[in-house]
Amino acid sequence: MRLWMLIIVAIILSIVSLFIGAIDIKPSDLLDWESQEMQIFLISRLPRLLAIILAGAGMSIAGLIMQSLSRNKFVSPTTAGTLDAAKLGILISMLFFTNVTYTQQVIFSFVFALVGTLLFMQILDRIKFKDVIFVPLIGIMYGNILSSITTFFAYEGDLIQNINSWLMGSFTLIIAGRYELLYISIPAIILAYIYANKFTVAGMGEDFAKNLGLSYKLVLNTGLILVAIIATTVVLTVGVIPFLGLIVPNIVSLYLGDNLRKTIPHTAVLGVVFLLVCDILGRIVVYPYEIPVNVTVAVIGSAIFLILLFRGRAYAK
Amino acid sequence: MIEIKELTKRFGNKPVVNNVSVNIQPRAITSFIGPNGAGKSTLLSMVSRLLDADTGEVLLDESNVKKWKSDQFAKRVSILKQSNYLNVRLTVRELISFGRYPYSKGRLTDEDEQFVDQAIDYMNLGDMQDKFLDELSGGQKQRAFIAMVIAQDTDYILLDEPLNNLDMKHSVQIMKILRKLVDELGKTVVIVLHDINFASVYSDYIVALKNGSVVKSGPTNDIINPEALREIYDMNIPVQEQNGCRICVYFNSH
Repeated sequence: MRLWMLIIVAIILSIVSLFIGAIDIKPSDLLDWESQEMQIFLISRLPRLLAIILAGAGMSIAGLIMQSLSRNKFVSPTTAGTLDAAKLGILISMLFFTNVTYTQQVIFSFVFALVGTLLFMQILDRIKFKDVIFVPLIGIMYGNILSSITTFFAYEGDLIQNINSWLMGSFTLIIAGRYELLYISIPAIILAYIYANKFTVAGMGEDFAKNLGLSYKLVLNTGLILVAIIATTVVLTVGVIPFLGLIVPNIVSLYLGDNLRKTIPHTAVLGVVFLLVCDILGRIVVYPYEIPVNVTVAVIGSAIFLILLFRGRAYAK
Repeated sequence: MIEIKELTKRFGNKPVVNNVSVNIQPRAITSFIGPNGAGKSTLLSMVSRLLDADTGEVLLDESNVKKWKSDQFAKRVSILKQSNYLNVRLTVRELISFGRYPYSKGRLTDEDEQFVDQAIDYMNLGDMQDKFLDELSGGQKQRAFIAMVIAQDTDYILLDEPLNNLDMKHSVQIMKILRKLVDELGKTVVIVLHDINFASVYSDYIVALKNGSVVKSGPTNDIINPEALREIYDMNIPVQEQNGCRICVYFNSH
C-alpha cells in the first residue's frame, strides 16, 4: 500500500462526505455565497469533515504511540483507561465548579487523562506476566473501574444524561463553533512525527533506549502527554470512538512494520479513511437519519479486530 | 580503559555484587563467568549505566561513568542485553541504522549510511537487510543486533549472554565474529558467558564471580585449570588440551 493511494482515497471520501446529508447540496449551489446550501456547507458539512479528519488521524496516532511505548500491540486509549480517565475528569470539573467553563473542562479532562494513563503504565511496569492479551484486559478492567466511579458520581449529581453523551462518539452535533478544540491536536500530531524516532527507540525497551543514549523517561512522558492532549480534545468534541486507535496502527504495522517515522503518515491517513467510511455508512444506512459513528466503528472495528486477533497472534508476540 | 572500583549493589538486603574491583583490558575479550546468581549480569549492567551502583564507581577514561553525557557515553560504550524476544517489527537495515542514533538522532547522514553498509557487510546480512526481524532465525537476529552495535561504533562492546538460545553452529559463528572485532577493529569486548569452554577458547581475560565477589581474575590460562575451577564452581573439572585449546570436561564431574 502506498501513501499516495491512501491520500487519494481519503480525498475522494472527503468529497463524498461533504455532499451527503439530509439536505441535498450540489456543487453548483456553492457558487452562490449567499445561498442557504452554502451556509449549511460552511456551518455543518465542512466542520464535520474537519472534525472527522482530526479525530481519525489523532486517535490513530495516539494509539500508535501507546502501543510503541507500552510495547504491546493491543494497548490503546480505549484499552488503557485513557478515555475513561478523561471522562472522569470532565465529570469532576462539573461537580467541582457550579458554572463550569469549557476551559476548566478541558484542563480537568487533560490532567485526568494524563494521570490515568501514567497510572496504567505504572501498573504495567509492575506486573510480571506481560502477555499481549492479558495487558489490554487489565487496561479494560482498569478503564471500567474509572468508568464506574464516573457513573456513581454522575448518578449522585444527576449528570447521567451528560456522561452518556460523551460515551457516544458522534459527529451529528458537530457544527462551526463546537469542534475548534480539535485544532489543538494538530501541534500534538506534528510533535508526534518529530519524536517518531525517539518513540521507536523507546519502544525497543528501556535498556535498549539507554544504550543508544536516549533519555527514556523524558520520551515516555512526552509521548503520554501527546496522547492525553489528543484523547482530551476528541472526547470533549466528538466523544468516545472505540477501536480506532487499536486497529488502524495494527493494520499499518502488518504491512509497514514498527518504524514510526515511516508508519505515522500511513497511520494518520488510514485512520481518516476508516473514520470517513464509518461516518458515511452511518449517514446513508438509515437516510435521512443517522447512526452515531461509534456504532458503525464498533461494528466494523470489532470484526477487523477479531481478524487481527486470529491471524495476528503470532505476529503480535 | 574501564576501571571498576569497589562496586557494590544490593537488592533488598542481599548484596548481589559485593565490593568488586577489576580492570577491563583494552583491545581484548574479557569474559565474566561464574555460577547462576553470581552477579555477572548485574555487574555488566552497572558498567554500562543501565543500573546505578549503591557504592563504588566505574571509571571510563578516568572519569565516573555517571558523569558522562548520555549521547557521548553511547558513542563509547554499547551494551546488548538478552534481546531475542524483542517484538518490534523493524527491518534488519532499520535496526542497524538505529545504531547510528547517538550520532545523528535518526536523520542519517552519508557517513552514517556508510557505517550501516559496513556493519551489514561485516555481519554478512546483505541479502536479508530488508527482511523484518521477526522473519529471522535466532542466530540471524543475534547477528543483526551485533551489526547494530558495530554501526554504533563504540570502543567498548558489552554483551550479556549473547549465546543464549543459539545452537552450536551459531554460537561459534558469533564468538568468531567477536574475536574478529577485537583483532581487526581493535574493539574491547566484555561478555557474560555461561559456557566455560567458549570462555576458555575465545577470551583473553576471565573474571570469575561467585556470590557477588570476584574469586579469580586474570589471563585465560591462569583461570582454566582444575585448581582455579574448583574454587569457582565447587566441582572437580579435568582440563584437556585439544589443538591448543583448553577444554573443561565437566559433564561427568563430581
